[in-house]
Amino acid sequence: MAKSALLKSSIGKKYWMALTGLFLCLFLVGHLAGNLQLLMPNSQLQFNQYALFMTTNPAVKILSYLTYISILFHAVDGILLAIQNKKARPVGYAKSNPSANSSFASRNMAVLGTLVLVFIATHMINFWAKMHFDEKMPLMTQTIEPAPGMKSEYYVGRAVGQYYQVDQVKLPGEKEPEAGLPPKQLEVKNGTDLYNVQANVKVGELYKDLHKITFDFFKDKKYGLYFTLFYVFSMLVLAFHLWHGFQSAFQSLGLNNPKWTPIIKFAGKAFAVIVPILFAIIPLYIHFSK
Amino acid sequence: MSAAKNINITLKIWRQKNAKTKGGIETYKLDNVSTASSFLEMLDQLNEQLVNERKEPVAFDHDCREGICGSCSLYINGRAHGPDTGITTCQLHMRMFNDGDTIFVEPWRSKAFPVIKDLVVDRSAFDRIQQAGGFVSVNTSGRTIDANSIPVPKDDADKAFMAAACIGCGACVATCKNGSAMLFVGAKVSQYALLPQGKVEATERVLNMVRQMDEEGFGNCTNTGACEIECPKGISLENIARMNREYLKASL
Ligand code: HEM
Ligand code: SF4
Ligand code: FES
Repeated sequence: MAKSALLKSSIGKKYWMALTGLFLCLFLVGHLAGNLQLLMPNSQLQFNQYALFMTTNPAVKILSYLTYISILFHAVDGILLAIQNKKARPVGYAKSNPSANSSFASRNMAVLGTLVLVFIATHMINFWAKMHFDEKMPLMTQTIEPAPGMKSEYYVGRAVGQYYQVDQVKLPGEKEPEAGLPPKQLEVKNGTDLYNVQANVKVGELYKDLHKITFDFFKDKKYGLYFTLFYVFSMLVLAFHLWHGFQSAFQSLGLNNPKWTPIIKFAGKAFAVIVPILFAIIPLYIHFSK
Repeated sequence: MSAAKNINITLKIWRQKNAKTKGGIETYKLDNVSTASSFLEMLDQLNEQLVNERKEPVAFDHDCREGICGSCSLYINGRAHGPDTGITTCQLHMRMFNDGDTIFVEPWRSKAFPVIKDLVVDRSAFDRIQQAGGFVSVNTSGRTIDANSIPVPKDDADKAFMAAACIGCGACVATCKNGSAMLFVGAKVSQYALLPQGKVEATERVLNMVRQMDEEGFGNCTNTGACEIECPKGISLENIARMNREYLKASL
């Protein structure tokens, strides 16, 4: 009996590249929709609520694990394929003219993909890891002026209308107020939970301020411009990866037909241009905004 | 067409004594090449010159010299089968070149096609892929029924015929940056998969041929599309997609 090898055969590997690649395209759309909220004026609360939803909702959790697995699988499989392909031609040509019959993107998927991987890694360190693991992740505050001239900073509670004056809240690791001053009434525990110190009961929950992290990152006095440029460059790389990748995935899955293929190719190119541009506009807007 | 004239050219040709030795590019000057001659006739002329100089002639593959056997296999000036479309090397003419041109001539480069000598490569990997499933098992004991007695939809027959036009020359492998044989195997799988006679063994065929293709050390297709452009027989990428579908069907 002839055996199929859905994981190991050349064609099997291509199915996985295509499936994970297309899933990652869907992921890009979702991620983009979230990011675009940053362009809205006064998006701080909405964006942080969205960030909270994305890190806690069980359905989103499943999707995000699928995304991690897809990226890993796509990257590992892609690099294995690229190594095999290099080995398939041990001696090269003295003269050859690859650009005459194939596009730049199609010939450089592995390099483009690896650059995208580097970007994903830095991106996760800068935002995802902070959101998930950083104990010192700032909590969302808002300046409120309850009476004229009485401006002060408040932590924003998750329940509507809950605000806690910043100087009454003790952050983890913060020293007790100096002798003579009244002790703080409230204390932050487990990252975002707010406790009454004396009664030791939870009184509310706060938001991690991913919005601030993002704005501070791209507006950083020293490095903000470099971070922005690196982001824009990475989106250019992604655009090339998608320029070839989107339609290629359909061919890998055997979906090639005279009626649909031209439409898929056009849609792929549109996707490859529009999605990275929209992504790149966001850090540019943040960096150059007042 | 303009009248034939004679041109002088410089050739840069890969020379390699045998599979075990290291080869290298050698430069030859060849004068008075008629633009009416074919590329292979030009190489014959060069070999005559080399023999007269008591040098070893250049070994190159050829048989039919009319574009059907698929044995001529030269990578000329950075292009499989040279600077013309829809032709094999034997159909390339010197009118495609100009006086004073330098022309690179190299063998197909693929791990699965090792060089035997000079420009001749061993393409028996393709034979082994064919033997793994590129046929239909028909009892040929004398009571064979005529193939035309089985009705085939015109569209399928045309597509199968177009796939069967593949002559197994290996230009697709040679031109592919990954040294992938998927256009060849796609054509061979398709030519049977489309016909009722081939459907019976379709599952085994695609699994076995793909397995053999992988074992031979060909690379993986990344859909660059270079093969389709350089194929002398215009084999379409649709055949690769069909093979991918057939493989999936056979796997599930
Ligand atoms: C958001 C991120 C990414 C998206 C949306 C994406 C999307 C795609 C798509 C749709 C394909 C076409 C699949 C096919 O030809 O069947 C592809 C191919 C490829 N990707 Fe990615 N990719 C991403 C990240 C990466 C990363 C991180 C790598 C890491 C090395 C990578 C490496 C590759 C390679 C090597 C190929 C070519 C595979 C082949 O044709 O054999 N990609 N990608
Ligand atoms: S598919 Fe085309 S290039 Fe490849 S072996 Fe067949 S005829 Fe030659
Ligand atoms: S010699 Fe037969 S195809 Fe060229």
